[in-house]
Amino acid sequence: MTDIKRLTLLAVTVLLTGAAALVTAGMAVTGLAGTKRPDLQAPPVQIAQAETTKPRAKKPSAANTFNRLMKKPASAPHAAPADDGIHDPENSGTHLLQWPSEAFQSFPGTNDGNRVDWVKALTEGLIAPRYELEDPESEAFTMDLVIVREVKGSMPDVVYPHQQHTEWLDCTNCHDEIFVPAKGENQISMAAILLGQKCGVCHGKVAFPVTDCRRCHSKPKTIEQLRALANRSAWPAKSEAAKKQ
Amino acid sequence: MPLKPMLAAGVGLLVAGLIAFALVNVPPGDAQAEYGDVVINNYSDDAGMRPVVFPHWFHRIRFRCNVCHAELGFEFKAGSNDINMLKIFDGEFCGACHNNEIAWGVENCVLCHSGMPGMRTRVHHSTSDRLVAPPTAGRQ
Repeated sequence: MTDIKRLTLLAVTVLLTGAAALVTAGMAVTGLAGTKRPDLQAPPVQIAQAETTKPRAKKPSAANTFNRLMKKPASAPHAAPADDGIHDPENSGTHLLQWPSEAFQSFPGTNDGNRVDWVKALTEGLIAPRYELEDPESEAFTMDLVIVREVKGSMPDVVYPHQQHTEWLDCTNCHDEIFVPAKGENQISMAAILLGQKCGVCHGKVAFPVTDCRRCHSKPKTIEQLRALANRSAWPAKSEAAKKQ
Repeated sequence: MPLKPMLAAGVGLLVAGLIAFALVNVPPGDAQAEYGDVVINNYSDDAGMRPVVFPHWFHRIRFRCNVCHAELGFEFKAGSNDINMLKIFDGEFCGACHNNEIAWGVENCVLCHSGMPGMRTRVHHSTSDRLVAPPTAGRQ
């Protein structure tokens, strides 16, 4: 055999190995993705899981979730309990639990949290959670009062609707321990919220997360307010100093 | 055909294959837990039981916040409710429903005590959980 022939043979072998590696990887993609994605995995026990198709919620855009301090949300939401990293797959009971992907199938989606718009699901009647433990007929004691909180800077003001909150909660959950029911009596900051105080008692734990800024900061400042803000800054003073020079 | 490009292509394919294989072989963390899943490990580990996983999503489909956080008196902070099995037997905390009348009874240990051993008490994907560095594993 000549050298050239031998080299050709070697090249072909390397090519074939590469192709084989790709095929293996491809098989691993399908096989291993099955352990992560509930829609591709056969259920370990015979419970009705046939309808668990692809997660319907949209993927959040990278621009909106970027924060160098925060971990990225899971790319494929709603893993089966046995694959979610907190349930022990060795535990027999884990395999009897309901899958979130099954429960969330018909729910309206959002980009974060559970990827479920819980308020919408409730108002549209897709869920009918009890308001009182013993009484299935009991209705929520709601109050339709909107509070607008003016915030510093150019950030839109916060619009707080009592209606949606009282659908879920009791007055005593917030008043008077977390919020004093009087105008100007509550010092709220994003720092406190991020630390789990004030709105952060629920938002950022169970209620929609604080990364969804505009769901609370939803009333834009007027052009007059923005102008006043601009006049207050050091910018014009500087330019006047520049004129003198 | 010249040999060098063929060799390069072969090596490239091999490397691509290896990278693809490595990418799908990343071990799963807790990133797949649902938002608001609470791990409760106040006493479980010490008692030789798996920690409890409380899925908020499952419960809020069936009950509004009011039921547990106003009627039953659950505090809004993971770990601040001193729950133990005696209280549950007596119908306090989880025991208000987990009594075989509304939900499964206490004899179904493995349905609640289903977490990975050694996990600390926390709310998964909560802001503080994502921003604050975790302390050492185990009881908090």
